[in-house]
Amino acid sequence: MKPQRQALESLKEWVIERFIWLCGVSAVLFVFGIFIFVFREGADYLFRGFKAGEFFTSIEWYPTSRTHVRYGALALIVGTFSVSLLAMVIAVPFGIGAAIFLSEFCPPRLKETLKIVIELLAAIPSVVWGFIGLTIMNSMLVRLFNAPLGLNMLNGAIILALMSVPIIVSIGEDALKAVPDSYREASLALGCTRWQMIFRVLLPAARNGLLAAVLLGVGRAVGETMAVLMATGHSIRIPHSVLEPVRTLTATIAAELGEAPVHSDHYQVLFIIGILLFTITFVINITADLIVRGIRKEP
Amino acid sequence: MKYLLLTMTLLIVLPLILIVFYLFYKAAPVLSLDFLLENPIHGMRAGGIWAPLLGTIYLVLLSLLIAMPVGVFAAVYLNEYAGNSWMTRAVNLAVVNLAGVPSIVHALFGLGAFVLFAGIGRSILAASLTLAIMTLPVIIASTKEALAAVPLSFREACWNVGATRWQTIRHVVLPNSISGILTGIILQVSRAAGETAPVMFTGVVFFKAITPGDPFAYGLLDQCMALSMHLFTVSTQVPDVPEPLTYGTAVVLLGVVLLFNALAILIRIKLRSRKKW
Repeated sequence: MKPQRQALESLKEWVIERFIWLCGVSAVLFVFGIFIFVFREGADYLFRGFKAGEFFTSIEWYPTSRTHVRYGALALIVGTFSVSLLAMVIAVPFGIGAAIFLSEFCPPRLKETLKIVIELLAAIPSVVWGFIGLTIMNSMLVRLFNAPLGLNMLNGAIILALMSVPIIVSIGEDALKAVPDSYREASLALGCTRWQMIFRVLLPAARNGLLAAVLLGVGRAVGETMAVLMATGHSIRIPHSVLEPVRTLTATIAAELGEAPVHSDHYQVLFIIGILLFTITFVINITADLIVRGIRKEP
Repeated sequence: MKYLLLTMTLLIVLPLILIVFYLFYKAAPVLSLDFLLENPIHGMRAGGIWAPLLGTIYLVLLSLLIAMPVGVFAAVYLNEYAGNSWMTRAVNLAVVNLAGVPSIVHALFGLGAFVLFAGIGRSILAASLTLAIMTLPVIIASTKEALAAVPLSFREACWNVGATRWQTIRHVVLPNSISGILTGIILQVSRAAGETAPVMFTGVVFFKAITPGDPFAYGLLDQCMALSMHLFTVSTQVPDVPEPLTYGTAVVLLGVVLLFNALAILIRIKLRSRKKW
């Protein structure tokens, strides 16, 4: 090889390796970028007139009031957490139950099929879920529970549960699979029934992974926008029963950002809600990731 | 008790099947080629879905064009170059977090960064950039898995005959993992087609009239309609839309998404059965 050509080749190699490195770190840049740009849009109001006390404790959300504008997000925060909590109450038993079934009892062929269907379930777009909640689920619930006409929290929670169940099943199944077979054999050899083995040995051994699965499900439910915007009824209040409508943080941004004039106080408060959401999901994801990694390190 | 668990599993799976059939049943009256090729008319209470469909195709293709190289090379970095350093750890954490950021926060980011800061304005380009960043983790994760499936001995053999790192990747690793990479790309397409919130404030509008049947009707800096947004509009914002029309929109969107997912799954199954090593 001529020296010139060799120099050219190694230059090319250098350029490509730099490019690959840049793409690799781009993920980090994007995460920082998201935080910085969302923060930047809301920062002005955050340091100028933002009343954190009112934001976190008042339920009076009147962003477009002529006389007295108030940004109390308590009802929205409660809305987000109550609908996510209810969704988890439904999704966790089903999700963990399905994970146990798939990893312990299921014949391999059926398992393949079920996993494919669950994967497809995860692929349904949130706007389609919202539409299903709006049309099919809601009329079913009104008839079933004799609920007052209109959308309610239960409706949104069932939709959220169906949306977060696939992630709970797949991560939960991984966690159960990670429990060594020797644990199962040892407990069965000691005369445990299969159920004692599952409840006393398997679930405790896999508890961290299952916790991570639930956390990721919560993250999904808290961050979900279109489905809750369309299916929970969109009225700002602290709910007293599951058949009342609520409104969430995400839905508020989606519903009001279009009407808030750019860089107005209202617009900036919506970005502050964005910062809050980013922080919540960031903490949830980091925790879940640390737990999952912790499991992998244990032999 | 075993059957209780089976019932629980089926209760998760059955809704999907029932929902799909029910939606198809309700949409049946409007589903035809004309429905796809006509614009929405009469305040979206009649006509077809050409403008939103074309908008979604534009958004998906453009976001794919942006996310594919970055995602594939990021996965190459993570799997082929990165050692066990804090940097690798940071990148992995970032990918996990990027996947977990709520879609509406991506929308805020897109609005703040691309529409306002970069001055692109609300346009197909800004919306595609937002979508690309949002779907990046999908491509990174699946490409990484595909690359990790190529045995180390392949690389060692290549290094031993004097090839450089990049030559090895280019001529051995990538060709051997191409179908796995393809799966990730297909999943990205299906994800991007379904998203609503991130494009809502960055370039997609409720209504825009374009020439029906003309595939080049949108420009890069135009605003556009999108299927996902259109479904939101006709089901919540516009009163008195005929039922089959909304169900038709839902079925086309769901159909596109499920079709691409099924394709990805088929490729994966085929791949597993044909593995040479």
